[in-house]
Amino acid sequence: MSKIKNRTGVFRRSLFLLKTVIFFLIVFHADRRGFTQQEAWVSRDAYVSSGIGDARVLIPFFADDTTSSSICGLVYNGLTKVDKDLNIVGDLADRWETGGGGLSITFYLRRDVRWHDGMPFTAEDVRFTFETILDPGTGCPYISSYADIADIEIIDPYTIRFYYSRPYAPALLKFGMGIIPAHLFRDIEDIRMSLYARAPVGTGPYRFSRWESGRYIVLEADPGYFEHVPGIKRYVYRIIPDQAVQFLELVSGGIDSMELNPYQFFYRSDTPRFKTNISKYRYLARSYTYIGYNLKDPLFREKKARQALAYAINRKEIIDAVLLGLGEPCTGPFLKGTPYYDEDAPGYDYDPGRAAELLREAGWADTDADGILERGGEEFRVRIATNQGSQVREEVAAIVQNQWAALGIKAEIQVIAWSAFLDQFVNKKNFQAVILGWTIPVDPDVYSVWHTDSMKEGGLNFISYSNKRVDRLIERGRRELDPGTRAAIYRRIHRCIAGDTPYTFLFFPYATPAVQKRFKGIEPAPAGIGYNFIDWNVPENEVRYKF
Amino acid sequence: MLRFIIKRLLLIIPMLIGISFIMFVIMHLAPGDPASMRYGLNPEVSESARADFSRMYDLDKPVMVQYALWMKRFLFLDFGRSLIDDRRVISKILSRLPATILLQAVSLLVIFFVAIPIGIVSAMRRNSIFDRVMTILVFAGYAMPTFWLALLLILVFGLRLQWFPISGMGPWYTAYLDGFARARDLIWHLVLPVAATAFGALAALSRYTRSSMIEAMGENYVLTARAKGLPENRVIIVHILRNALLPIVTIMGLTLPGLISGSFIFETIFAWPGMGRLGYEAIMNYDYPVVMGVGVIATFLTLLGILLSDIMYAVVDPRIRFEGKK
Amino acid sequence: MNKRMIFGVTIIAIMALTAVFAPFVATHNPLAMDLSSEARLQGPSAEHFFGTDNLGRDVFSRMVYGARISLSVGFIAVFISLGIGVFLGGLSGYYGGWIDTIVMRIVEIMYCFPTFFLIMMVITFLGPNIVNVMIVIGLTSWAGLCRLVRAEFLTLRERDFVYSARVQGVSDMRIIFRHILPNAMAPVYVSATLSVGSAILVESALSFLGLGVQIPTPSWGNILTVGKNYIDYAWWLTLSPGLAILVTVLSFNLIGEGLRDVLDPKLRERK
Repeated sequence: MSKIKNRTGVFRRSLFLLKTVIFFLIVFHADRRGFTQQEAWVSRDAYVSSGIGDARVLIPFFADDTTSSSICGLVYNGLTKVDKDLNIVGDLADRWETGGGGLSITFYLRRDVRWHDGMPFTAEDVRFTFETILDPGTGCPYISSYADIADIEIIDPYTIRFYYSRPYAPALLKFGMGIIPAHLFRDIEDIRMSLYARAPVGTGPYRFSRWESGRYIVLEADPGYFEHVPGIKRYVYRIIPDQAVQFLELVSGGIDSMELNPYQFFYRSDTPRFKTNISKYRYLARSYTYIGYNLKDPLFREKKARQALAYAINRKEIIDAVLLGLGEPCTGPFLKGTPYYDEDAPGYDYDPGRAAELLREAGWADTDADGILERGGEEFRVRIATNQGSQVREEVAAIVQNQWAALGIKAEIQVIAWSAFLDQFVNKKNFQAVILGWTIPVDPDVYSVWHTDSMKEGGLNFISYSNKRVDRLIERGRRELDPGTRAAIYRRIHRCIAGDTPYTFLFFPYATPAVQKRFKGIEPAPAGIGYNFIDWNVPENEVRYKF
Repeated sequence: MLRFIIKRLLLIIPMLIGISFIMFVIMHLAPGDPASMRYGLNPEVSESARADFSRMYDLDKPVMVQYALWMKRFLFLDFGRSLIDDRRVISKILSRLPATILLQAVSLLVIFFVAIPIGIVSAMRRNSIFDRVMTILVFAGYAMPTFWLALLLILVFGLRLQWFPISGMGPWYTAYLDGFARARDLIWHLVLPVAATAFGALAALSRYTRSSMIEAMGENYVLTARAKGLPENRVIIVHILRNALLPIVTIMGLTLPGLISGSFIFETIFAWPGMGRLGYEAIMNYDYPVVMGVGVIATFLTLLGILLSDIMYAVVDPRIRFEGKK
Repeated sequence: MNKRMIFGVTIIAIMALTAVFAPFVATHNPLAMDLSSEARLQGPSAEHFFGTDNLGRDVFSRMVYGARISLSVGFIAVFISLGIGVFLGGLSGYYGGWIDTIVMRIVEIMYCFPTFFLIMMVITFLGPNIVNVMIVIGLTSWAGLCRLVRAEFLTLRERDFVYSARVQGVSDMRIIFRHILPNAMAPVYVSATLSVGSAILVESALSFLGLGVQIPTPSWGNILTVGKNYIDYAWWLTLSPGLAILVTVLSFNLIGEGLRDVLDPKLRERK
């Protein structure tokens, strides 16, 4: 399979906030302990990362792809960020107070922050950023995350208060959005098309240096960064559109890190050259892959049929085959290991006997002995659709096809180009079963995927799942401010959805990055490895690029 | 001559209109919508954003209206903006064009300076071992899936022997080096892509040179020259070569569309930051304005190349008078 | 027939027979996976002549079935382009005038357009499947044939037998297809044979970009593409489809050249 650039599917194009907050804003996390221990930070060497696609636009609230988000994450800061254990902590805000039962949030800003052009950062920048986001004329794609903001009030240059029309539980996390400089953007008519969209000025640990379209982007460590100067002097993002070539570059030292695929992780990394130079990491990626059933289709309206299909699937075999074991079975829409994930939810472990029984109960039998089940003269045929360009999904489809065939269910695979797939199949609900994936945001709100309101055409509840109880729980979860109560709500949502089995939840894949060994200070955590990037460093005698 | 050139240049216009229309219709016949390409299945993206996006780029209007709008802008050489990153299409293309032109020009030079000598030697030493080996290579060149060749080149010379860099047009730090080091890096990075690009066309051209040399060798004036006792070198250079080269010039023009077609594959394999890769990515992203821009400019370049080869043909062969043609 | 042509014909005959009798030639089911880790990416052996791929499928059997795809894409695409090229070339050469002008303008456009870009576009936008691949390759490769046929017609239409047919009141269509065409076919055969080879190359290039025949259906191009990801480890995955394409296209070219020698006496004399 050629890896089709820029469209490996949902994982890549998902959740801006996920990418920014979880993976890259976290980069700003300053290990204060480390700071005091190691008084003088020195910037050395360069870190060359790589990806298959170019960045698009380097304005945080327009960035809608992984690359732009990651670059924005290094150049800008939000008011908040999440730490290595995914707790919300201050970034540009020192601290904050929530008042009126969630109806107001007051941020107390850091006073030692300067924009890369030397101007001081103040509350005015914060107000400007969110007013711009909330202006419908801006066309910010994330506007709905801020829709409940009723008013913004500057108390003093370093204190700002947001008023909410109703409590919104994900609010603090959403304030991880990068803040842009008011003094540069104030007079700009169209921010999206402005010069700064391609040469950003932020407050982050790295300053923008150069962008050769289609080749690379270079950032330089900001010596005056408020936490401490980053240990790596230059951050380089190289565009290599072919993942096989990317791997060859990693081995030959042309790039310093990449995301390995399972095959590379296991079979290609045992050469002496790889072992001496490169470290591998693994942790659960924040995403899951599933088979979704169109609940408007008469075949799948029956719960028994869905349950039978679920029991007929051997997740372990799929994980072992497609991911070479680099994944965990999944039973619901939240990340395993978080308080929202219910370990006791019904799992539908592989049980072909139970599947056959359920099918029999539902009236399916192979009456003409052709290996395919029939009921009322109608054969049990399923069309599984997935998008082109994802080798994982195509292989999952082929294996599921085999596993269902063992029970007499004839599945036909359709692999369709991403855009046509969304336009013709998903948005129009013109499918029987789809294999797709969701990224899992840090905030558990699942309104846009599981609420009945999201069923309309173009909505993300394209399987038409509708459960009044789940709807109520989702609505409560969005307004509940107490973390413990909130977690309990989502565990209940998990149980309900798992019980209804509108998806067959398949697996959480592992993220498997590889980094050259000369980089020290990498500490894998629930947030991944990139969260403490500014603390990474290279010993003087191992420096590869000298400036 | 001038009249001919102007006439040909004017002919380019209806051709570009025709081609742009065909491309536009193909793209809009197809299912799929760029807003879903840009925002995909992203639960964070507000529903209004998709509608805003479509409105911003006139995607909500009927196809013919969109084409008319495109045409209107095109008349002022405005290709609109990319649906993927909102940049001006023309500046996207211009930032990628030098890489493509460099690769193509170097490849053309290599083809020219390698294929013609091979053809000449093969023709003069017909059925020698050299000729036979070259014939085999030529046939292989015709039949070789060139992307496979590219992979083999990367595998052998890039990875195993480590003689040449695997991908890209120079390391990211070239910008921090002096001019000489930069040039050396660039040449180094050119070797494998040029080898892969040139190989197929090499076969065609050397074969062609060989046969037109053989043909010229049989002509009466060559026999006469030999009979007059002219030195063999002179016979070859003055009499045979000059006549044999004529048709080769036209062939060069015709290899151009092939080279540009190849660039869509090679630029992706070698991570060459050229227009071919831009076009491929634009197609994959349903980035209509960029697809249109790349298609129109690639066509324009091809037409220009063919026109140039026609002009060169006239320069090489004074017998040809364009006014007399047709 | 010279030695090269015999070689070409032999290879194509073997390939064609393999394709037709694929179920008997294949040693395994080309879609059957063996997902145990020992079974995947095995090197060539007595059990698996060309080794196994990343899902433990037998590459030899996939190649055998892939021959069906590659050959049928080649032949059908050329058939389509023959149809269009001969028809338009015939009309244009026979009638001349405005028909000729229009047809030749279209031919020029086809020549000047970077065809592969167009093919990529059509396949992406109209969907990558084998039928579309065949049609698109056919629709974009007729220009050369059209020119050839036209040139033949231009000379043949002045011949006596055409004149006499016309005098006898034979209809134009009948003259074009019954009287002139059979005499114009010699160079067309040569060109068509060569085109089969290039159509196979185009299909494999499309598959390489993920736009050709979709997996799990095997085609030489997509076997090669899968192999690309394992190129420095499982070389056999790219070697067998690469060589198969090379040899097949080579054979078509050899046959084409051979045909030219047979059909064009002028060239043969010089050999």
